[in-house]
Amino acid sequence: MVPGSRSEARSELPVVEAEGLIRAFGGRRAVDGVSLTLHGGECLALFGPNGAGKTTLLRLLAGLLAPSAGRCLVGGVSLRADGGRAARSRVGLISHASMLYSALTARENVEFAARMYGLRRPAEAALRALKAMRVADRADSAVRALSRGLQQRVSIARAIVHEPLLLLCDEPYTGLDEVGSAALTEALGERRAHGAALLLVTHNLSEGLALATHAAIMRRGRFVRLEERGQVDGASYASAYRELVTADV
Amino acid sequence: MSESTVARPIALDAGAPALPGLMRASWLVAQKDLAIEFRTRTAFFSALVFALLGLTIFYFAWDPTAVASIDLAPGVLWVIFTFSGLLGLQRSFGVEQADRAMDALLAAPVEREAIYLGKAAANFLFVAGVQVVAIPAVALFYNVPLGSIWLSLTGIAVLAALGIVAVGTLFSAMAVNTRLAELLLPMLSLPFFVPIVMAAAQTTSRLLAGRPESEAWPWLRILLGFDLVFMLACAIAFPYTLDE
Repeated sequence: MVPGSRSEARSELPVVEAEGLIRAFGGRRAVDGVSLTLHGGECLALFGPNGAGKTTLLRLLAGLLAPSAGRCLVGGVSLRADGGRAARSRVGLISHASMLYSALTARENVEFAARMYGLRRPAEAALRALKAMRVADRADSAVRALSRGLQQRVSIARAIVHEPLLLLCDEPYTGLDEVGSAALTEALGERRAHGAALLLVTHNLSEGLALATHAAIMRRGRFVRLEERGQVDGASYASAYRELVTADV
Repeated sequence: MSESTVARPIALDAGAPALPGLMRASWLVAQKDLAIEFRTRTAFFSALVFALLGLTIFYFAWDPTAVASIDLAPGVLWVIFTFSGLLGLQRSFGVEQADRAMDALLAAPVEREAIYLGKAAANFLFVAGVQVVAIPAVALFYNVPLGSIWLSLTGIAVLAALGIVAVGTLFSAMAVNTRLAELLLPMLSLPFFVPIVMAAAQTTSRLLAGRPESEAWPWLRILLGFDLVFMLACAIAFPYTLDE
């Protein structure tokens, strides 16, 4: 993954390719010229203080926000082409908010997502995703009757039901117990093994670095550090991160 | 460049799922909204109770020696119908707000217009459901004979409901992200509902009075025109209301 340039050495298409992404709210740039390329199997752990622009970047890549400038391709398809439908169909979004309907059951929520993504067998796909997140035994419970952790597992099942090529995870481990965390790690690993790329936003350095092939620190809308995981030493990275974060205070 | 996992080359278009078209996606959204309303029934029963309470208040405030029931009933019916409809419209995007379900809806590979049409379809059925109870209740309270005009009245009700949900669904999406959503929706919507209430009430009163159909046509044309213009305009405007 090389910032701001395409990887020439690879023959396969990058999963996500963003160039010069800018998103301004009024006069303030929440994302300020971010470029990144991720290939299948890669995972970028993105760290940064509150307000650094991490979530905005995720929302841009998910097609929830339109960039003020720059371009973004998912699987070679622009997020602007065809209203972004083709690109969005390849993206899964996991957030700390569950994005579920509390009155519907876990199964109904995930099946609804499967139908919205045009899956041919939505019921089977939903059950498979719920099983992957080890919550199939509560498939017919209303979401409002589930604990926060179980809701998060259903939410992840909803995000992976269409087997996305790009998984955008914003603090995905929030609220998960050990079983849930293990199921999520397994599901993310399984997606990567199938050629998906991951962008993981977290404040927990050890959690992020454990999964990452690359690590980046974002501050004031820009990547201020971006390196391969192999070049990152956990302890020195933590102190460098703390320095960068406290520099903002 | 390091790789910690075995990454297979991706086959982006092999066996790609068939993304739902506009109508299919709209139907999925409508179905989901109706399922939520069927489970909770909060908005429907609130609207129903509101309609019946409103009717009762109007009934006791009415002086039958001063105003004939046949003159009063059309106005009461469409005013009650408009305000009770607002309760359903309020909820339409409220269910998407909790736990940010709207994000998942917007991230799905469907056209933005499908969300609007699906919401409008569910709102239409909601409003129609309230009318099914409110119209006979008005007939009962005000002793209005609907026997000969029920088919025409159904047509007017359908046209009025279409106009109200076309505008109301758009404003519901606009208002939901504001702090004063509950206040803002009626403030935005009611001025636009005036032509609907006026046209529906005038058409109904002419039908109830047994006037020639030709007298009702100009009002009906207003209702039809309003529906056509606002359904199209609101569907086009809807995606812009979602921009942050």
